[in-house]
This record gives sequence, C-alpha cells and structure tokens, in this order.
Amino acid sequence: MKKLALLLSTGVIAALAHAPNVAAQTEIAWWHAMDAELGKKLEEIANGFNESQSEFKVVPSYKGTYPETLTAAIAAFRANEQPAIVQVFEVGTGTMMAAKGAVYPVYQLMADNGEPWDPAGFLAPVTGYYSDTDGNILSMPFNSSTPIMYYNKDVFEAAGLDRETPPKTWAELEAMSRQIMESGAAPCGFTSGWITWVQTENLSAIHDQPYGTLENGFGGLGTEFTFNGPVQVKHWDNLKKWADEGLFEYGGPVGGGDAPPKFYAQECAIYMNSSASRAGVINNSKEFEVGFAPLPYYDDVTTDPKNSIIGGATLWALNGKDPEVYKGVAQFFTYLSQPEVQASWHQFTGYLPITNAAYELGQEQNYYADNPGSDIAIQQITRGTPTANSKGVRFGNLTQARTVVDEEFEAMLAGTKTAQEALDAAVERGNQILRDFEAANQ
Amino acid sequence: MQAKRTIFPNKILPYMLLVPQLAVTLIFFIWPALQALKSSFEREDPFGFHTTFVWFENYRRLFIDPNYVGSLSKTAVFAFSVTVLSMTLALVLAVAVNRVLRTNRLYTTLLVWPYAVAPVVVGILWWFMFNPTIGIAPYLLRAAGVDWNHRIDGTDAMILVIIAASWKQISYNFLFFVAGLQSVPQSLIEAAAIDGAGPFKRFWTIVFPLLSPTTFFLLIVNMNYAMFDTFGLIDATTQGGPAQATNILVYKVYTDGFIGLNIGSSSAQSVVLMIIVIALTAIQFRYVERRVQY
Repeated sequence: MKKLALLLSTGVIAALAHAPNVAAQTEIAWWHAMDAELGKKLEEIANGFNESQSEFKVVPSYKGTYPETLTAAIAAFRANEQPAIVQVFEVGTGTMMAAKGAVYPVYQLMADNGEPWDPAGFLAPVTGYYSDTDGNILSMPFNSSTPIMYYNKDVFEAAGLDRETPPKTWAELEAMSRQIMESGAAPCGFTSGWITWVQTENLSAIHDQPYGTLENGFGGLGTEFTFNGPVQVKHWDNLKKWADEGLFEYGGPVGGGDAPPKFYAQECAIYMNSSASRAGVINNSKEFEVGFAPLPYYDDVTTDPKNSIIGGATLWALNGKDPEVYKGVAQFFTYLSQPEVQASWHQFTGYLPITNAAYELGQEQNYYADNPGSDIAIQQITRGTPTANSKGVRFGNLTQARTVVDEEFEAMLAGTKTAQEALDAAVERGNQILRDFEAANQ
Repeated sequence: MQAKRTIFPNKILPYMLLVPQLAVTLIFFIWPALQALKSSFEREDPFGFHTTFVWFENYRRLFIDPNYVGSLSKTAVFAFSVTVLSMTLALVLAVAVNRVLRTNRLYTTLLVWPYAVAPVVVGILWWFMFNPTIGIAPYLLRAAGVDWNHRIDGTDAMILVIIAASWKQISYNFLFFVAGLQSVPQSLIEAAAIDGAGPFKRFWTIVFPLLSPTTFFLLIVNMNYAMFDTFGLIDATTQGGPAQATNILVYKVYTDGFIGLNIGSSSAQSVVLMIIVIALTAIQFRYVERRVQY
C-alpha cells in the first residue's frame, strides 16, 4: 500500500511539473502520405515551424499511400477523430470539394485568423487547379508536380544519338527508341509511370483535347468523360504497337511501380514520370548520366503544345476542431508559403515551387543554372495560355475512374480490345462512376 | 463405451463462461455484419453527410455489372483451384512423410514453416520471384521459351496468385493430414497388406475413407481461406489486375469501399459474399457430411 501511495504521489508531482508545458502548446495533427526521403523532409518542415514559435506543435503522421491517407482521414472524420490537416492528392480534390461540411476552406481559414493570404502569389496553374468555381482556393497548395521525361544520356550516345538532344515529338521518340533497340544500346526504348495521369490526362491537355465535358469537370457534377477522342485513340494505338515491338514497356497500373527499375537498370533508355521523381532518379542513376526534357507531343496534331497539368497534393483543413487549433493551422500555412521553406522543399524533392517568390528565390540562388533540367517542369507547366482543356481534370471518384482506365489499357495491351474499344469502354464505365458520385452528392 | 454423464448443478455458470466469447462474436462479427447489411441498402457520400435509402439498387447494379459477374466466376476459379491444389499436394506430402521413418519430424517442421509467414509477405515473395522486370522466374521461363508477364497476361496473373495462395495453405493442410494419417489404425493396413492389397489399393480403400472427416473439414476451411484470407496476398502481388483478371470478390469489396469510397456498393458486395459463404458451408454440412465416415 505504501509503495502504491508513493508511486501515485510521484506520478501526481510529475504530472504537475509537466502540466504547464503541456497546456501551453496546442497540438496540430497533420496526416500525410510522404514516405522515405520526402517524409523526412516533411518532418524537417514541421520541426522548423515548431522551433519558430512555442505556442503550437505540428505533429506529422505518415498514413500510407495517398488513397490510404484519404480513406483514413474520412474514416476518422466519421468517428470524429479527424486530424486538423490532411494531405490529399489531386485526384481526391473533387471528392474533398464536394464534402462541404467537412472542410474548412483555406481562404476562409486565413481570413478568420488574420493571416496574410495572396492567391496571386501562387503559380498560375496551381491557383487554377485548386480554386472552386468562384475563384477561391479551398486547400493549401503543398506539393505540386507535373510529369516530365528523363533519359539516359550514356545509352543515347552508345546508340549513336546525340546525348544532348532528347526527342521532342513522339515521331522522334519512336525513331530514337528503335535506333536504341536496334543498336543494342538498351533492350527497350521507353517506359512510363502513371498511364492515366501521364499518357492520358496530360496527353489530352498538351494537345488541347477535352478529357471531359463541363471544362474537364471544373464546371460541376453533371460532367461526362470524353477522352475517347482521335488523339487519345491514336496515342494508345501507338503505345500498343510500340509495346508489341518492344519499344515501350508497361510499368504496371496506378503509379507504374515497375517503370523506375527498368530505367535505373538501364533497360529502358527513356522514362516519363512526375517531376517529383527527380530525387529518386538522381539517387538511382549513379552509373549513368540523366537528361531531363519536356514530354513529347505529336507535331501532326499541334505545333503549339499546351501546358502540362498538375499532380501532387494539397493540405486540407478539416472541420470540427477548436478555434485555437485553426489559429495554429493558419500560422503554419503562412510558414509553409515562405519562399525559403518552399524553395528548399522544391529543390530537394523536384516538386514545383508553388509560389512565384520561391521560384524567383531559386533563380537568385542560381539553383536552376547549377542544376540543368531542374526547371523543365516549371517551364512546361507554365508555357502558353492554358485553355479549358489544359487547366487540369477534376472529377469526383477519379481514383475509381483511373482504375478503370488502367484496366482498359491492360485489356488493350493483352490484345483483347483495340485502342478505340478500350477507350470507349473506359469512358462508358467512367461515366457510370461519375453518375454514382453525382447521385451520392446531391 | 458410453461415458458416465457428469452433471453440474450450477445453472448460471455455463452462461457466464460463454459471455466473453459471445461478447467478442457480437462486437466483432455480428455488429459489423449488421452495419454492412444496413449500408448495403443505402447510397452515401464518403463523409456520410447525405444518406439515401435506395432499397435494392446497390444489388441490382451489381448484378447487371459485367465486371462483378466476372469477379464471381474468377473467385470460383481461384477458390476451387487453390483448394484442390493445396489439398492434393498436402495429402501427397503427408503420405510421403508418414512413410519416412527416421526424419519425419524434420520434414514436418520444414513443411509447416510457410504457414507462419504472413499473407502479405507471401505475396511479396512471389511477386519478387515472378516480377517481369527483376524476377528470377520470368528470366528462367523466358529461357525455356515462355513469355511470362503477369502485368499484362491475365492467365499468368491468375496462375501466380493461385500458386502463392496454395503454397501458404499447403502447410496447414499438411499438418491436419499428418495427424489424420497417424490416427489410421495400423492393424487395418497390415490386415489389408496380408490379404494382398498393394499400397495404392490400401490407400484408396482404407486410408482415404478414414481420412474423410479431415478432408471434409479442410475443404470448408480452404474454401473460406481462398475467399477471405487471400486479400493481403492479392494486394501485394497483382492488386486485382491486369484488367481485373485476379479481382476476386473480397478484393473488390476492398477496392470499391476503401479506395473508391463507394460504401453502399462495397457493403452490398460483402453481404453477397457473406451469403455465398453461409450457403457453401450449409451445403457442405448438409450433403457432404452425410458421406463422411467419422
């Protein structure tokens, strides 16, 4: 008994001693989907904020992949255990925007807490994609990327190509891939991550082809997919042809997990994927030199390729927390948009600098001059004037719709469907998914 | 040989002893099952703001969806193949081990090991061995003239998941078959041997019938294993692809519910799955058990 009493009293004293410390700091839970190097860098940012002030403490937790993080947050919201901040990938944007009661729009959050907020400071494609129909930004841009092309300079040279001249058009890419294969420099020409995002959604944007009605879904829930147009069909047809010939190797569904090893192992000479793969590519290509280039285009379709579209994620503030917490969230968002924080994140990861100030800071630091190719993504996503077809795609349940696109692409590769049949089927099944979403959100 | 009946005077104690088990069943099985039943009649947005009661709409949509019907037949192929393959191989191994006199302990231990491996790890192992890019199996197969690519070829993918799922289950079946074989009276086998029955005849007319309770039990367990427990394995190897070739029912429940956030449809699918399993088990007990000799 005595022992127990003693234990209890020490416990109370310890609790008292710690109490003021605990009470002073408001914890802000931040759920994210950044693993490995990206996750460490993200924690660094949170620590930077925590050290910059003593009132709030941002606590990041890794919740798995993007879909897993989104699902976890939704489940938590339903159980009233949601985090204050959750990182949601661009595909989930439609879902989050439709969930009006669940999210605390960032423009409102900043205004309510008296934090500075200037949407004009963000890169135009970022603002364009994450604004609602009234032009308000609903979530805090954090990691935005766009697909680019990586190529193996050494293999190019071994194949008798110019190591500094990557292909500009798909015709050139086809010819070069064939030369690489025939010369034996590498067994495969090119591979790609994200068939959906890179070879379908971005392809449509770059060639100014509609992906869906109502401005690619920006205009409302009644939208329908239209990505079975002639350009997409032609491209898928080519991919099938090239796959049969061995010029193109398929890297698997969703993000295409088999694609990066094919490039790292020098099996495929060209690799298309997110600009945020840059850190990984550089790390894994110690044995050869990597070149960076914009995505190719069909010069018989357009001579003026449009901007590519955005991927990556934003931070959403979820409803249902104390005002004190939101004050901290707002301050944290202000910290995040500082050019130094942004520039460091961008330069480390290959994500886009989301503010103009961060881009300018990088220029002042001579970062782009010192790291050739590091600004390809920015140039590609900001080139020309965006059209309704090139400002992005925003649909509800897009994760499911993308699964359908992957499945139909695989059916085409297996030879059970032609490109036209596969895309027609993807559009038809995708529209069903959109109708479900519309019905559930009315 | 009727055992003497023991009578406990306490009327409450038996129920008290049952309470923990009942509580676990209610909280972790019955309650979620009822929840699923409820949401299968509803259409709901992911966050649960708008819920509409839609009667059988979710079910109706399922059965006009060719992908769902396809998933049903894929599940049948998968469950049947896994059950047959893993039970046959396990029985062969068990009979073999039973005949080995000296080292059968060692073989038994080694053969049981795979069962201790978690399904996801099994998936990763096989995924790694059969990876079209970096795996050893496609490399060897290519040398033998087989172009293995389970990323594109649906049949290859199905073969892969069947092999992986069976490999893991063989251990479990093996253990039960070994135990079953050991309870076959040696005198019967010896008597048959004296009457001139060869090893095959002895197996089919004496050992196999006497093993039937074990076989029957394993049949049910394996069916349930293939239909429910292989989720992690599918997730780690093919994710239901390519083009839904390995999208078995339980995996489709997960992708539609957790990835696609379509809770109504996902619940309806899990209810269908529940009905299938109840029906299968009922049929097995009703018709197969009659033929089993205990």
